[in-house]
Amino acid sequence: MSEKKIIEERSLILNRRSFLGKTALGVGGVALASLLGANLFRKDENGILTKDDSLNGVKGILNSLHHPAKVKRVIYLFQSGGPSQLELFDHKPLLNKRRGEDLPESIRNGQRLTGMTAGQDKFPLVGSLYKFNKHGKNGTEISELLPYTAKMVDDLCIIKSMYTEAINHDPAVTFFQTGSQQPGRPSIGSWLSYGLGSENENLPAFTVLLSRGTGRPNGQPLYTRLWGNGFLHSLHQGVQFRAAKDPVLYLNDPKGITKEVKREMLDNIAALNDKHYQDNGDPEIKSRIAQYEMAYRMQTSVPNVMDTAKEPDYIYEMYGPEAKIPGTYAANCLLARRLAEQDVRFIQLYHMGWDQHDNLPGAIAKQAKDVDQASAALVADLKQRGLLEDTLVIWGGEFGRTNYSQGLLTDTNYGRDHHPRSFTMWMAGGGIKPGMVYGETDDFGYNIVKDPVHVHDFQATMLHLLGIDHEKLTYKYQGRRFRLTDVEGHIVKDILT
Amino acid sequence: MPIKSNHNLLSISRLGILPILYFAMAVSTVSCTSGVKTTVAINSNSAQVTIPDKIDFTFHVKPILSDRCFKCHGPDKNAIEGGLSLHTAEGAYIALGKNKDHHAIVPGNLEKSELINRIYTSDESLLMPPPESNLVLEEHEKEILKKWIEQGAEYKTHWAFIAPEKPEVPKIKQANWGNNEIDQFVLSKLKENGLAPNKKASKEKLLRRVFFDLTGLPPSVGQIEKFVNNNSPLAYEQVIDSLLQTQDYAEHMSAEWMDIARYADTHGYQDDFERIMWPWRDWVIHAFSKNMPYDQFVTYQLAGDLLPNANAEQILATGFNRNHKITFEGGVIPEEYRVEYVEDRAVTFGTAFLGLTFECARCHDHKYDPISQKEHFELYSFFNNIDELGLTPGGAGKIPKPYMTITEKEKNGVLSFVQMQKTEMKEIPVMVMNEMEDIRPSFILNRGVYDQPTTQVYPNTPQSILPFPSEYPQNRLGLAKWLFHKDNPLTARVAVNRFWQRMFGNGLVASSFDFGNQGSLPTHPKLLDFLAIKFREEGWDTRKILKYIALSATYQQSTEVTKELQELDPENQLLARAPRLRLTAEVIRDQALKISGLLNREVGGPSVKPYQPSGIWEATTGGGGGSTATYVTSTGKDLYRKSLYTFWKRTVPPPSMMTFDAASRDLCTVKRQETNTPLQALVLLNDPQLIEASRLLAKTAMDVHIEKSDQISFIFKQATSRDPDEEELHMLDNYYSSMLEKVKNKGIGAEDYLSIGAFEVKGEYSKYKLAALALTAHSILNLDETISRG
Repeated sequence: MSEKKIIEERSLILNRRSFLGKTALGVGGVALASLLGANLFRKDENGILTKDDSLNGVKGILNSLHHPAKVKRVIYLFQSGGPSQLELFDHKPLLNKRRGEDLPESIRNGQRLTGMTAGQDKFPLVGSLYKFNKHGKNGTEISELLPYTAKMVDDLCIIKSMYTEAINHDPAVTFFQTGSQQPGRPSIGSWLSYGLGSENENLPAFTVLLSRGTGRPNGQPLYTRLWGNGFLHSLHQGVQFRAAKDPVLYLNDPKGITKEVKREMLDNIAALNDKHYQDNGDPEIKSRIAQYEMAYRMQTSVPNVMDTAKEPDYIYEMYGPEAKIPGTYAANCLLARRLAEQDVRFIQLYHMGWDQHDNLPGAIAKQAKDVDQASAALVADLKQRGLLEDTLVIWGGEFGRTNYSQGLLTDTNYGRDHHPRSFTMWMAGGGIKPGMVYGETDDFGYNIVKDPVHVHDFQATMLHLLGIDHEKLTYKYQGRRFRLTDVEGHIVKDILT
Repeated sequence: MPIKSNHNLLSISRLGILPILYFAMAVSTVSCTSGVKTTVAINSNSAQVTIPDKIDFTFHVKPILSDRCFKCHGPDKNAIEGGLSLHTAEGAYIALGKNKDHHAIVPGNLEKSELINRIYTSDESLLMPPPESNLVLEEHEKEILKKWIEQGAEYKTHWAFIAPEKPEVPKIKQANWGNNEIDQFVLSKLKENGLAPNKKASKEKLLRRVFFDLTGLPPSVGQIEKFVNNNSPLAYEQVIDSLLQTQDYAEHMSAEWMDIARYADTHGYQDDFERIMWPWRDWVIHAFSKNMPYDQFVTYQLAGDLLPNANAEQILATGFNRNHKITFEGGVIPEEYRVEYVEDRAVTFGTAFLGLTFECARCHDHKYDPISQKEHFELYSFFNNIDELGLTPGGAGKIPKPYMTITEKEKNGVLSFVQMQKTEMKEIPVMVMNEMEDIRPSFILNRGVYDQPTTQVYPNTPQSILPFPSEYPQNRLGLAKWLFHKDNPLTARVAVNRFWQRMFGNGLVASSFDFGNQGSLPTHPKLLDFLAIKFREEGWDTRKILKYIALSATYQQSTEVTKELQELDPENQLLARAPRLRLTAEVIRDQALKISGLLNREVGGPSVKPYQPSGIWEATTGGGGGSTATYVTSTGKDLYRKSLYTFWKRTVPPPSMMTFDAASRDLCTVKRQETNTPLQALVLLNDPQLIEASRLLAKTAMDVHIEKSDQISFIFKQATSRDPDEEELHMLDNYYSSMLEKVKNKGIGAEDYLSIGAFEVKGEYSKYKLAALALTAHSILNLDETISRG
């Protein structure tokens, strides 16, 4: 099928079901947006990203951005399990000084604890076993566990004052990804696909990559609903790209079938479908034809983007030796860059294994090694390609960890429980102030004393960078207008350029 | 490469839907006098919306007020701005301001109605809705409000909260059309809109439709031919009667109930351990197969344990209220989750039986419907009295209490339908409801948060729906009685609406999950009431009402649509044609199994694990272990059970089914999406299940026919329930020949292709021909028509 024909087909599929909410849930607006999009963004003469109407294409639900965007895509390096801020970013010498002393009640201040430590008689304070050193222009303190990240510190904005409401993994991860602790709402990537559409007609707007950490190999599980579309059209669901034989589920042609044979089958199906459309008149049939074409294009585009064999040696040196092993975090970071180059809107990584309730010193060292080099390399690589200026990179987990030891505290060993009240994330890329440290916790590393950032604030800020007013990107479902930030969220203006 | 702009398309959509809504709905409740029509231009586009002559509060005004105004001027008394509430006449007419000297609405007086100033003003500080709300009124909406006030600003109670009364059946007739009252209601609406019913569907199409709608399976070629050749006027009715008696019917009805009951084989959070609830599913199938009246069916599930001398069957049925997710995540605060479970039961009750969004009144009074936060927790308190734990100690295999234990004794008694013989287990524990003697007190929870109880509340139902009769026990049994009280305005409507949805894709109220102020309005309100009353008066007989709908001429219309009608009524709200619907996730797979002869029709028992791409469970699983850590594909005939029996791991549900819009089973779902995506194409093209079915289909065709054209026609007919026409046959013939050539030239690896899936074709078949025919079948299984019922 020629390019022209494909586009004709696409304009034909703008039918009642897509636009008028034929679907059960009243999918209004431009449901097929993520398939149909051309460039939503372009740079104007001042280099500012604005919405590009020149192609007159059909894209996300938003007719225009709410304000000029700073970035057009997001890479979210989700550190699943809750990394300890105290061993990585938030240096608290007081905890080393008062090691073993009970957490003062004045500091805990009624904070609810998880069932795992609520029963402990004592809450012995414990400082990091790992050293911190000053890095970058501003002398930012970074743990020795993150030597590569430390070198990139002038490009990062480190937020030490994140907080959340959930104290357990399932609700906490769900809260970060959907704005609600209970399952059922669309995830961030789905919201973006719905709002902004796709910039690449051959790849999904929202892709997901998973890896397992070495820190706690049998760590916390994940759930496919974390990249689910909730009540949005299923075109907006995250599509998992896997290191398996089928990089996307059901992508590979059956055994014995060549691409040419598959093409012939598709042509046969399309011709018969078209014939039926002539007889029956249901525009849904036309839409079906177009979906098969998209599927066919994905069969080429996905393997192409996953094939990293031709990446030069210096790239592998940057990302580290594991980048050659499919399915590792490092390999996924490299894939993330390749997907970014293809203008995939939202690239979500999950790295499991940060849940270090016990044996934390040993486990976190391994876990940090999993991610340090590749995370830093990703930022550097995007930067050297000029992609960092319109990409937002995010690094962080669902909550932090307690300043007191869970279980027995010995000279060389301790654990830490979940801590929702303060933790650290970093961001880098377009619109974000580089080399900044934002927010502060008390000397105990327990409470935030300056510039708190709630999960909804983080989400609002991310949407803001994409040119979206978080209060305006809504979807009406069961009578209510839902949005990613629920009914909260303030943009963290201080970290924006 | 010109593509229509988004902007234009949205305008088109507006055009598409509004005239129908205003034109079609207005006439349903108010007499349509001809007169001068006001037209309003939309957005400088040439699009025009007709403003009806007589404005009706329910159909024209309230949807606007509710959607754009109620958030700050509606039922949530704590959110009311400026002392103005617009959901009642008293509130809207009240004197406002310090000096009580102005009014939002003065009936019949535009000048004195401040509302008009506020919606038309160019002063942003005065404009309503305020710009920061991100809500706007369209020009035609302002016109409607204006005209409504001019005409007296009359208020009406929300239609769904007024108990249905038996409507008069329209006397309208059309020669040679119409089988029962449904058709008179539909025809009356069609005539008002200058439309006529569509021609009758062909016999093949009709048979396919009624087979799918009632049993979830297609007719066989033999059944089609028998029906087509049966010229008896009773032939169709006989088919319906026989379908309603099948086990397939019971299973198909049960499949929908699984969504409503959020059934799953796992607990749903974190490590997502396995649970055993399938004996409850066996009961649902049993109840449908004996056509248990709907009131009894629901009462057993809500309160079976509270019935006098409750037997094991009645207790097992209460598993309905234990199907919600349950956490096993170490470290959670148990009470936080216990509250979630109770909430889930209350919200499920609201969605499933009342079509109301009770969840919206958890943190504050409902913003749109007359349900206060207090009433939310009064409903909650009905479900708050079982001896359960927020967190059951232990891991995989632990059963959260309360539960019943099914043994041989029950199996040999009232629970004979539980397919115990399919397991090794001698005793099967199943979670059920069991009321505690000492009532657990319930409280309004501030902002809905578990640890912020405020005022104590007691079991009660929302006043605006139907006050709770004082003679009823204040427990779940009383609640069930209330549900089936003859003055309950919602129960019967919500149920028949769902039946309509099953048969027409959309309910008469399209938002089958929301009958409240923000929900869709009924397209045929009197028909809805007629059916609701009929259903109740005839003993809540599900089979009977489904048969009645299937017998209507409305149901039997053709789906064919002209461009004009498509544009005039894209949503098919007027029913001038039958809808063409994509088959559900379950039915797409079951059809392939059935027509290929693979389908294993055993009923009930534990769930099975058909083909699934490898590594999906393993990639996300944590350290909790248990039977849900690794997916172990079933073997032998268990691969080919109906999709109703596919193991449902809630955190990683079967991807091929999710791709076709199956409900996630996280929450009660009464209506699925119907989408059309590239991932669906990938499943149909590459799922081994479909390829295996194609091979078996080819083999069967070769068994019954010698000529290649006959073989192709046979496959086509199995898949679409009709013969291919000459052109189609020609296309398929060519395709087959091309495939055969490629197979012979080794352009296709026949052996590889024919080895996909576990079922081996034995016997003397030409490998070349089998492969070419299988590829042809594979194409046919991918046709839009194959996965649709028209």
